[in-house]
Amino acid sequence: MKFSTVARHFREGFKNVGRNGWMSIASISSITVSLFILGVFMLLALNVNKIADQVDSQAQISVYLELDTNKAKAEEIERSIKRIPEVKNVAFVDKSEGLKRFKESMGEKGKKALEGYEEENNPLPDMFEVDAFDPQKIGFVAKQIEAFNETDPEKSIMEVKYGKESIETLFKITNAIRNIGLFIVVGLAVMAMFLISTTIKMTILARRREISIMKLVGATNSFIRWPFFIEGAIIGFVGSFLTASVLLFGYGKIMSKTSSTIGLYQINYLSLHEVGFVVGGTVIVLGTLLGVWGSTISVRKYLKV
Amino acid sequence: MIDMQDIWKTYPDGTTALQGINVVIDRNEFVYIVGPSGAGKSTFMKLIYREEVPTKGQISVNGFNIGKLKHRKIPFVRRNIGVIFQDYKLLPKLSAYENVAFAMEVIETPRRVIRRRTMEVLELVGLKHKANSLPAQLSGGEQQRVAIARAIVNNPAVIVADEPTGNLDPETSWGIMKLLEEINFRGTTIVMATHNKEIVNTLRKRVIAIERGSIVRDEVRGEYGYEI
Ligand SMILES: Nc1ncnc2c1ncn2[C@@H]1O[C@H](COP(=O)(O)OP(=O)(O)OP(=O)(O)O)[C@@H](O)[C@H]1O
Ligand SMILES: [Mg+2]
Repeated sequence: MKFSTVARHFREGFKNVGRNGWMSIASISSITVSLFILGVFMLLALNVNKIADQVDSQAQISVYLELDTNKAKAEEIERSIKRIPEVKNVAFVDKSEGLKRFKESMGEKGKKALEGYEEENNPLPDMFEVDAFDPQKIGFVAKQIEAFNETDPEKSIMEVKYGKESIETLFKITNAIRNIGLFIVVGLAVMAMFLISTTIKMTILARRREISIMKLVGATNSFIRWPFFIEGAIIGFVGSFLTASVLLFGYGKIMSKTSSTIGLYQINYLSLHEVGFVVGGTVIVLGTLLGVWGSTISVRKYLKV
Repeated sequence: MIDMQDIWKTYPDGTTALQGINVVIDRNEFVYIVGPSGAGKSTFMKLIYREEVPTKGQISVNGFNIGKLKHRKIPFVRRNIGVIFQDYKLLPKLSAYENVAFAMEVIETPRRVIRRRTMEVLELVGLKHKANSLPAQLSGGEQQRVAIARAIVNNPAVIVADEPTGNLDPETSWGIMKLLEEINFRGTTIVMATHNKEIVNTLRKRVIAIERGSIVRDEVRGEYGYEI
């Protein structure tokens, strides 16, 4: 193929978008709608993943000891906790460290309230921070730690905390979304293809005669196919570029608040900066491929004249 | 140039349009195909540029065995045949200019040449001023002339013209006939189906008459031979 013919195909591809007026608009719309739904879902899924990761990394058990527990006893409890196979790490936080952290977390306001509480009259207990290998097992681990008291006459463990309700529901939600996520993405992609192929079928019908005429005038299949191919790419690109712009602009607006708290957990959402490239890129590449795919199958059928 | 041997054509719906056609048309001939409506004239023409394939028999055009042609090769055979279709077959979304230029783009003619040559043939058929009109904006006769321009633009070896003057007034018809005759003088074989008695009887050429799918008459400088 000569360079001038390549240039001709590109010219024709662009012109065809204009010549087909409403049909082009219909195609662009169907790509935009499909990809928009897909994009929204992608943003959701990415955020859920991120939230789940954060919850995972924050999920921790706090084991508070009775105030009168001595050092030897505390060490014994630490060893027992370490013996639980699901436990990854145990960190001892003594009461003075606890007080320091507490003061920090209360900030300026709390300074006044906590004034006067120092080493000697520290009201806080010693504690352990326990991490599990699998964050989803922390409930199970916490129960085992609680059970230590049953065999311990001194009942040295005052309380075991891990934000029971909030974390369990959160895990349920994130798991559900993670599991059905792939399913839905595939489903949406199929739906998008269906929507687009319907649009294409309508286009084909309109073009059947044109294609047969081109063949009768001596055009080869590839000569006929190229402008369609380029037209499809343009339509796909325009449609997906629109989608990506609206999607990311909207995301930027909605996500001006970048974090919130769920139960004990501090959750950061993905910033526009973090998702922009992935989501925008995926949508545009996918859209362009869809456009090309669509117009390719739309001509193939009528080329055997 | 065109050689048909015992050609039969039955359409999928069972209509037999041609029954045992034998004909040889030499290079540089000018042949009228005449006969009543429905006789099989268009079918005869369609076999030449392979819009249809014969049910039985051998056809060769320009040295190619049309019946046995591989799909891939068809476009290249068609490029040597300029067809003026009875129903014009213009591309509806392309202007008159673009329709004519399309036939040249197909054979990868440089753009500069396309521009010059396309305007030249549009002028020959008297449509230079309508170059930018879409087919829908042209009258029947104007569309027919665009189809003629497209058929001649590449100087094909054969022109197959199915009633090329069917929609033209007498004056324009004669203009087109002069054009075809001139092209014929320059070496192009012309096969033209027509119902125009005056043209056939005035511009005397070989006449092949088809009736009910068979050749009933083949005369060197024939007459139209039918009333109206
Ligand atoms: N695609 C087709 N399918 C079925 N039958 C067809 C088809 N095309 C033509 N025929 C039939 O074949 C016969 C010959 O048709 P053809 O078009 O060759 O006639 P014609 O001589 O060109 O007529 P006219 O002078 O009206 O153009 C007719 O009976 C017609 O109905
Ligand atoms: Mg006919």
